Amino acid sequence: MSTARRLDATRPVTLSIDGASVTVPAGSTILEACRSRGIDTPTLCFLENLAPVNVCRVCVVELEGARVLVPACSRPVEADMKIRTDSERVRLSRRMVLEFLASSVDLSLASDDVRRWMERYGADPSRYGPPAPPRAANERDNAGPGHHHAASAGAAANVVQPVKVDNDLYVRDYARCILCYKCVQACGVEAQNTFAIAIAGRGFDARVSTEFATPLPESACVYCGNCIGVCPTGALMFKSEHDLRGAGKWDESRQTVTDTICPYCGVGCTLELRVQDNAIVRVTSPLDHDVTSGHLCIKGRFGWQFVQNRPEE
Amino acid sequence: MDLHLIPGAEPSAEERAAVDAAVGPPASAWETGERRPDAEGHVAFGGHALRARRHLLLPALWAVQSRVGFITPGALNYVCRRLDVAPADAYGVATFYAMLSVKPQPTTIVHVCDDLACRLAGAPALLDAMRGERGAESVRSSPCLGLCERAPAVLFQCAGEGAKDYVVAPAARTAADEPKPPPPPPPPISSGTRPIEGVGTSIAARLGQGSPSAPQTEDGRRETLRLLARVGRVDPESLDDYRAHGGYRALPKAIAMGPEAIVREAIASKLQGRGGAAFPAGRKWEAVARQPARPHYLVCNADESEPGTFKDRVLMEEDPFALVEAMTIVAFATGCEHGFVYVRGEYPLAEARVRAAIAGARKAGLLGPNVLGSGFAFDIEVRRGAGAYICGEETALFNSIEGYRGEPRNKPPFPVEKGLFGKPTVINNVETLVNVLLVVEMGGDAFAAIGTGASTGPKLFCVSGNVERPGVYEVPFGPTLREVIGLAGGVPGGRAVRAVLLGGAAGSFVGPGELDVPLTFEGTRAIGAALGSGVVMVFDDRADLRDAVRRIAAFFRDESCGQCVPCRVGTERQEELVARLDAGRPLRSTAEEDALLDEIARAMRDASICGLGQTASGAIQSAIRRLGVFSA
Repeated sequence: MSTARRLDATRPVTLSIDGASVTVPAGSTILEACRSRGIDTPTLCFLENLAPVNVCRVCVVELEGARVLVPACSRPVEADMKIRTDSERVRLSRRMVLEFLASSVDLSLASDDVRRWMERYGADPSRYGPPAPPRAANERDNAGPGHHHAASAGAAANVVQPVKVDNDLYVRDYARCILCYKCVQACGVEAQNTFAIAIAGRGFDARVSTEFATPLPESACVYCGNCIGVCPTGALMFKSEHDLRGAGKWDESRQTVTDTICPYCGVGCTLELRVQDNAIVRVTSPLDHDVTSGHLCIKGRFGWQFVQNRPEE
Repeated sequence: MDLHLIPGAEPSAEERAAVDAAVGPPASAWETGERRPDAEGHVAFGGHALRARRHLLLPALWAVQSRVGFITPGALNYVCRRLDVAPADAYGVATFYAMLSVKPQPTTIVHVCDDLACRLAGAPALLDAMRGERGAESVRSSPCLGLCERAPAVLFQCAGEGAKDYVVAPAARTAADEPKPPPPPPPPISSGTRPIEGVGTSIAARLGQGSPSAPQTEDGRRETLRLLARVGRVDPESLDDYRAHGGYRALPKAIAMGPEAIVREAIASKLQGRGGAAFPAGRKWEAVARQPARPHYLVCNADESEPGTFKDRVLMEEDPFALVEAMTIVAFATGCEHGFVYVRGEYPLAEARVRAAIAGARKAGLLGPNVLGSGFAFDIEVRRGAGAYICGEETALFNSIEGYRGEPRNKPPFPVEKGLFGKPTVINNVETLVNVLLVVEMGGDAFAAIGTGASTGPKLFCVSGNVERPGVYEVPFGPTLREVIGLAGGVPGGRAVRAVLLGGAAGSFVGPGELDVPLTFEGTRAIGAALGSGVVMVFDDRADLRDAVRRIAAFFRDESCGQCVPCRVGTERQEELVARLDAGRPLRSTAEEDALLDEIARAMRDASICGLGQTASGAIQSAIRRLGVFSA
């Protein structure tokens, strides 16, 4: 796993961030250095338990001497770097990235952080015009690379499309997908090594897809749910949660989280059971957990129906 | 990984044969071969050894595409078993390239170039006519095919046993007038030594479809040509002819000089990369030569896809041995044992010629385990791109060769340190490499004396659009834009120049008031333009510049790889904005649209991963600001 990055505390590196001198272990990233100073740096495609892919570009910072901005999440620190995290260039690029995403993707289930960043940078997704009408189911799955209808002068293209519900365990709502690549990483080399999904297509038509966009039950998916665990925008969601939300019954204020150990095998993964109305509605594992790094298998993730097989009361 | 294949999808015999021809026969039952109970027993033959062949994924997909016309589920299954790649992963790669299809389609696809130069030559009407006659299913509009000197251009992509792709340029207006190609010979799939038919016929016959690609070669002023010295004069299929025209004089000299001396001369020559970035070539070679990690790779970037660029195609088609010789010298200087030529998929003739030249050189001991008896081992492999402009970006090109989607990597690390397969890699484009022959033959100082102080050597310009004789023109660095246009005979009918696109879609427009800019790196930089890949595309006073700007916006929207947000969404938003301006329906006001475009452009320039996003607004903004294309 490429997350096994080595920090060398015996070789401290000193750099300057927003004029202040910062010292971090060699091998740290600029993001880690920023966070060590308490600088709130927006991230979307970054997650502690995955190798940084630096595709969302919302974490960019200005590095003195560099022609373009650099991604904080992946760029290792070097001695005497001079970093600016709040310059006009940085603020503009962060605002535009947030606007680009918010004007093309449904971010309503993204974290409160995203709303806070949008406010901080003054992102206004409405200034690209009214949204184009939703696409039909599978329409985006069939987009060929390099050929598209010329842009319309009236509407802002987006990825709005129907939810894919093709199994009992989780749904894929790609109208919410920002293409952060995390699910592909979690399905592939970073956790599960199943490779059931990959990025397909190109440009604005790029999307997460199985081979030939086949439904999940026919794909290589093993339902570990590790893709759900890393999704930052609610594009991948437990079916239980999706159904409750659809029925208007999802209510986080009535939910509790219970820590427990998975009963199935000797690995002993830590589970966090999210419970609403005495029913388990979502299962996660802590990202910083030594055993799981946040990842589980189908049993720990979904295999808890037996807990709920209670006689009718 | 357990390979989970697409249920019930079996490859046909043709598909198997095509894939086997591309990747070799299966070595064990593990990858679909015969089971040999005695030898295999309970041993699994997959694992790292099998996955290390992932770089054969694109050739395998190409083999299926060329054989049956699209990538069927059964064929994808077979490719995945042969290379131990998950179907979803391979599907992601296949759907990245415009020349590959995962849906059934006609066996002959006609790609009608409707990019900038071809638009000026009536491509939209040609496209409509072709669609009317052959059906919309069979006809696609294509980004620049690199045949701008013979616009409008059409590429026939043909599938079937022995089918070969070919181009027709200039294309007749209707399919009925289309010249019938000769019956296609077997495709040169493996790098065998079979002769390729249709190559080696007389030059006049080959160029019979139109004017020569390099008009200077017929001018009687040939003695001034260095890079084009052999073009149009040498038989590109004959090693003997290449030698008779001064070929393979530089290589023995280079070997006698030794690697350090070659790099020293290259640095003294001040040769800068001709692909667009203008990085000092000698410095790059020095950096790779010094890297302790092994092996080192040499990659020739022949994915010449910048709209309006066709110089590398002409060099490869007309003087392919020069490229092979030049690559051998650079490999010797930088300690590379293995070279790749990555040719764009739209260049079937260039690819065939380069393959033939490599085979010829190998047969003569000029490539292989012991080059010229010197003990130096070097060989070259050709890889065919499949329709993706972004693969001209060096790290995207590495990913493409390695069998991944052609998505650029974040830099640093730079290729000289971690390039192809994570190893130190020299990557240069065709024109840059061919210059090394001159550097070795004349010495670095003499090379540096050509041109201006800051831009040295000869330079090829791709002059196209509204000029009398479009083509590749060679000049020593220094002449002005006006002089280069003059070389091509100026604008037909004595019309006025309305605009010139310098450097292609990633470059910028200049106006009639800027024709006296010297076409040097420093000269173009001084007026806020760039030389780029040497594109000089002329638009006369009748040309529809709005149309050109819309095409450029569509081009970047089509060719963005989609990896990073600024470029993926920014190119879309930019195209929408240009459409609004063109329709005269700005969202609030034209001034606000201009401000919005500026912010989109700045975010793409500052925050995109690679040069595509970073340059995607340059030409559009220059057209609006310098030329006032959308005002009034």
